[in-house]
This record gives sequence, structure tokens and C-alpha cells, in this order.
Amino acid sequence: MAKRKGIESSIALADSAAMCRIEAISAYPITPQTHIVEHLSEWVNDGELEAEFLPVESEHSAISAACGMSAVGARTFTATSSQGLALMHEILFLTASLRLPIVMAVANRALAGPISIWNDHSDIMAERDIGWVQIFAENGQECFDLVPLCFKVAEDKRVHLPMILNFDGFIVSHMIEPIEYWEQAQFDNYLPAYDPQIKLDIRNPSMMGAVGVPEIYYEVKMGQHQVLLDSKVVVKEALEALEKQCGRRYEVVESYRADDADVVMVLLGSLVETCMTAVDNLRAKGLKVGIVRPRLWRPFPTEEFIESLGDIPVLGVCDRSYTFGGAHHPLASEIKSVLYGSGKAPKICEYMIGIGGRDIRVEEFEQMFMQLLEVKENGKDLPIQYVGVRS
Amino acid sequence: MEKHPFELTWKEIPLGFVQTDYMSCLKNHTGSWRSERPIWDESHCIKCGVCYIFCPEACIEQDEKGYFHANLDYCKGCGVCAQECWTGCISLKPEE
Repeated sequence: MAKRKGIESSIALADSAAMCRIEAISAYPITPQTHIVEHLSEWVNDGELEAEFLPVESEHSAISAACGMSAVGARTFTATSSQGLALMHEILFLTASLRLPIVMAVANRALAGPISIWNDHSDIMAERDIGWVQIFAENGQECFDLVPLCFKVAEDKRVHLPMILNFDGFIVSHMIEPIEYWEQAQFDNYLPAYDPQIKLDIRNPSMMGAVGVPEIYYEVKMGQHQVLLDSKVVVKEALEALEKQCGRRYEVVESYRADDADVVMVLLGSLVETCMTAVDNLRAKGLKVGIVRPRLWRPFPTEEFIESLGDIPVLGVCDRSYTFGGAHHPLASEIKSVLYGSGKAPKICEYMIGIGGRDIRVEEFEQMFMQLLEVKENGKDLPIQYVGVRS
Repeated sequence: MEKHPFELTWKEIPLGFVQTDYMSCLKNHTGSWRSERPIWDESHCIKCGVCYIFCPEACIEQDEKGYFHANLDYCKGCGVCAQECWTGCISLKPEE
């Protein structure tokens, strides 16, 4: 069995990126992501990683420089959070459109204002439609395991798209956990050298970033949409290969004690683990509750999600960011639209939890499950529940 | 025969919309945008080349006698040459 060591998740994530033999890093520090790029700068400074480390003056420049380095064929990594991700916004669309397989770790954090450095999902939900593959890790081990997965998917010839690895800021990023490291040989077996399908090369001139006039822009976007949808197959293959390498099984949609469940919770990120404890407590009392959650967020694993639900009659969907002025918040909106017309019509109760770092405890999940069980009995509709807000 | 880019289906778009057809911009005859064309009055032209230097399309060429003309395949009729000409020998004539 591989060695486990007690280490901060951010450091483990950075080590994993370095062991993926990244060749280029551009970064601007922002809490709570800072430790990742700080640690990578140590790898480079100590001469242990042969990579270009480009410190820049903003996140807009960080992602722009990453695009440049990826465009000349380097395996490129960057990381950010919150305002930093928001500042990257316009370039994120370009990265996907140019099909540059950059991997970015995003320590999810609330967006200002008011200024908040604490965790929720408002940063990534605002970047839902950028055209990147997006996946969620729930703990430090998953962060470590999923970095090579991201490169494997992003650089696959059938995909050639950038990919975001989401994990909760502070709750995961700053947590010291026992993490099982892979050997370098496992990385090298899993992740072949990057073979760019497009590359700026003076011996073979080409132009990236051309104008798309109305006669051609639509076709470019259609191709981009389809390749992102089709990348799901590649993610599934890469997850299977990952299991062979490290023994841990990940899936695009994962269930926890949901097989015979009367009600399940749908949520993303590290709170899944808190919710699991609530499920265990209630199961011990004989209550049939469980969890079904999409690990892959973009492309959304529609078929797998519908299949995983089985005939469960009541769902709770937990959002961790607002869609201001919308009928539903982002995750609930996705889940409802996926189910409409699917032939399944479970009752859906929407919850808002963990906004701007507001703590949510096991007991609160237990209360939410009890509410879902009540809904199953009485069939009543609930308005959106804003858990824990003072009113 | 190779398809014109505007005939490509979404499945045929090159990866990343990268343009590998070197000098492909020459196929785009921007002269079709023109509503006025520049005319040189050679009796006033001093062959200084200011029009050649300022042309944003770089489509002005010098003939064997040293006079300048616009390549009408690419000249958009912007009039920068006429504005910059030292002797005022370039005028713009509306296209019919």
C-alpha cells in the first residue's frame, strides 16, 4: 500500500500537479488558493521541477499567460479563487474556444460583496457556462487523485479542452488530512506525455484567435458545445483507469446508501461528507435516507443522474450560491431542468446552505432529511428553505 | 476542390478554429467593401511615397515609372492616402 502522510490538502494538490510533470505555471496568489502556487514555486525554485513559473500582476494576466504557454505546447497549470476567477472571466471563454487543455484548481470561495474569504460556490456557479470541463473534489485525497485525471481528460485528443478542479476553500484547502500519495511511476503510467494537437510553431505557421464572422461563428460554437458534451465518455474512461492506478473508485454521479432510499439529498463539494454522517445517524434509526450527487458538473451527466435516482420519490437539492432574481438557484435549476421531461417527477425540496462560510452541522442535515421524509408522507410542496438565516 | 470556409459544417471546423492556411487573408478581397476609390493626379505627384507608408491595408504599389496605385482587390476606400498626401494629388471618386 502506498504511503499516507498527514499533509495540508493544498500542498498535496500542488505536489500532485508537480508529479504530473507540469511544464508551465502562471499564477497570482489569492486566498484560499495561495498555498498551491506558493508550494509549486518552491518546487521550481528548489530545482525539483523543470517548469516555467510565471508570477504575474493579476488573474486576468495569469490565465492569459497560461493560454500563451499552453498554446506553444506546454502542460500548463494554474489555480485561483473567487474574485480571481471572476477577473479571469473573459479569458476563460477564450481558453475553451481555443481548445487549450489548461488545468486549473479552484478553491471555491464566496464573491464580494460584502467581502468574504470564506467558502461557498458563488465563484464557480458564475462561471458555469465557460465551456470548461468541471469536476468537484470533496476532500484532500480526492484533490490529489483528480489532478492527474484532469490532465488526462483535458489533453485527450477527443477532448482538448481546459478543465477545472473545484474543492471547497479552507474547509478542504487548509485541512490537514492523511493523504495517500501515488508513486511517481503511477503518475507516469497514468498520464502520458502531452501530445498537443494544436501548437504555435514558427516552422509551421498558424493563427489562433481569428475573427469569427457571422458566417462561421455559429459552427465554431456548435462544435465546442458538442465536444464538451462528448467529453463525458472520456471522463468515465479516465475514472476507470484511475481506479486501476490508485484503487479508488470515482464516478460521474455517485450515490451513498441511496439504493432503497425513500429520500435523497443532492449536493456538491465537501458538505457531502457532513451529509454522509447525517445519513449514517438516521440509517442507524432505521430511516431510509441517502445521497446522490453529480461529481462531474460540466458536462452535466444527465443520463447517469436520472438512472441513479431510480424511483426515489423525494429529493432535497442543496445550493451554495444564489441565482439572484431567478426562480431557482443554480443546482436546483439544473436538477429540475434535467428531470423535466425525463419521465420521472420526484418531489423536489430546495435548500440554501453554507453561504459565505456559514457553518452547517450534521444535525441540520438530519433536520432537512426529516423534513424530506415528512414531504414524502404528506405530499406537500415546500418553498425554498434558507437554512439557518436569521429572520 | 477545397471548401470555402463559409461552407464548413460544425463537424469540419478545425480544432480550436486555428488557421493553418498561411497567407489565407489574401483570399479575402476586402476591396468589395469600398464605396470610393483613390485616383492619383500624376501631374502633381512628387513620388514621395507617403500614401504607400500610411495605407493601413498596405495595398498601395509603385509602378516602374515611380507613381503609386492602389490594388483595388484590397483597397477599402478609407481615404487615409488622400488625407495624408503632401501635394493633394489623390482624390476619391465614388464607386458606381
